Amino acid sequence: MPKQTVIPFGPQHPVLPEPIHLDLVLEDEKVVDVLPSIGYVHRGLEKLVEKREFPEYVYVAERICGICSFIHGLAYVQGVEAIMNIEVPDRAEYLRTIWSEYSRLHSHLLWLGLFADGMGFESLFMNSWRLREKILDVLEETTGGRVIQGTCKVGGVRRDIAGETLDRMIKDLEEMQGELKDVTNVFLKDSAVKHRLKNVGILTKKEAYELGAVGPTARGSGVDIDLRKTGYAAYGKLNFEPVVEAGGDCYSRCSVRVKELFTSIDIIKQAAKKIPDGPIETKITGNPDGEYFSRVEQPRGELVHYVKGNGTRHLARSRVRTPTFTNVPPLVKMLTGCELADVPIIVLSIDPCIGCCER
Amino acid sequence: MIEEQPKTKIEVKDLLERVEKFFKDGFRLTIVTCTKIEGNYELTYSFDKDYSFQSIRMTIPAGKDIPSISGIYWGAFIYENEIHDLFGIKVNGMNVDYKGNLYKTAIKYPFSVDTTKEVDPCQSKQ
Repeated sequence: MPKQTVIPFGPQHPVLPEPIHLDLVLEDEKVVDVLPSIGYVHRGLEKLVEKREFPEYVYVAERICGICSFIHGLAYVQGVEAIMNIEVPDRAEYLRTIWSEYSRLHSHLLWLGLFADGMGFESLFMNSWRLREKILDVLEETTGGRVIQGTCKVGGVRRDIAGETLDRMIKDLEEMQGELKDVTNVFLKDSAVKHRLKNVGILTKKEAYELGAVGPTARGSGVDIDLRKTGYAAYGKLNFEPVVEAGGDCYSRCSVRVKELFTSIDIIKQAAKKIPDGPIETKITGNPDGEYFSRVEQPRGELVHYVKGNGTRHLARSRVRTPTFTNVPPLVKMLTGCELADVPIIVLSIDPCIGCCER
Repeated sequence: MIEEQPKTKIEVKDLLERVEKFFKDGFRLTIVTCTKIEGNYELTYSFDKDYSFQSIRMTIPAGKDIPSISGIYWGAFIYENEIHDLFGIKVNGMNVDYKGNLYKTAIKYPFSVDTTKEVDPCQSKQ
């Protein structure tokens, strides 16, 4: 039997700012086994539901993640609204969809930058983040916050977007599409990038499905799962198709995210054109009594907020299953059999958000 | 849009058989949830296929062990280790057992402790 060496990777690593630790068992340069460890930043936010009234808990839910905070808030309020049978005004549903897609744009551009940085491609990293700034500017202008938006509430949203602002947002996105194409072409067509990503970190369709992969990690392996197709918020009234790639490697996962940028822009444009006039919130009376698994599509994949009410102002249970949490077992499969030098890029390819994962 | 989310009550002895059936029918494991209810624990295993969301649920008293489903759904170890570390429920036969070290918490099994009557330090008057 060849000599085995165990190499610790993380929780602090130059390529990975997220606190995940991997024990990599190597034979020569090949990874033959992996043991992932998390738990460095577990905050117990789910337990805090006992101390916050249900309308206030949305602030906690939003702070689970600093990247897709809006979508955490959305998943939580949709859970409470389902239990209480609250009918949210149409305009609020469209606004939620628009902000969700802006969150996806900013998250994917953030990831593209980090991914480029992981490959040692500094100019690509800076160009991706330069474009991301434009998205953050819109989020700040329309919600008041770059990172934590705070616009979702039980029964609707707190802020409206004026018609002329929506028109300008569409115009800006159309102008940005050209720049976006230039940057993303490098990810998809540059020979050095392709060489770095093709056939690296393979996850087959069967493995992805059976191990519970979600989001671009699953869709990059040919698994067509996109919770937006269930029609929550205003997605049921808009036309789009999930981006699915069959390669199962780092390149396919990157390709899914790149193409989803353009899908998101298209969804925002459709929503901005179709958004009806009307109120943005509905009055809430009573307390939630019942349970619901609220499922939405985060930039990293399916997010589940389980909400259980007992008829009081405090919920009995909040349980959050983030996409990174369920993408950890598929990551173990991707890493088994890879070269040591490819480990950082493979870990990055699932777009890990450990802060979110540990809640 | 409110999804239909059927839940079926089962006994602990039937867990593996029911989970095996979901696996054979092509469902993916979506989430495993544990909730403490008046001294008992309610465990819900949820599955999805083509956006059809279904759950099985069992209620166990404190101190009772449960079998691992990681022999059927390999990735279930992450849920089962979390349930052990937060609620103190022993899961037998996990394919990857962190032996209580998945999460490092200040309080042992923090989610098994009832803190609803304790004063919230953030909201208490100085």
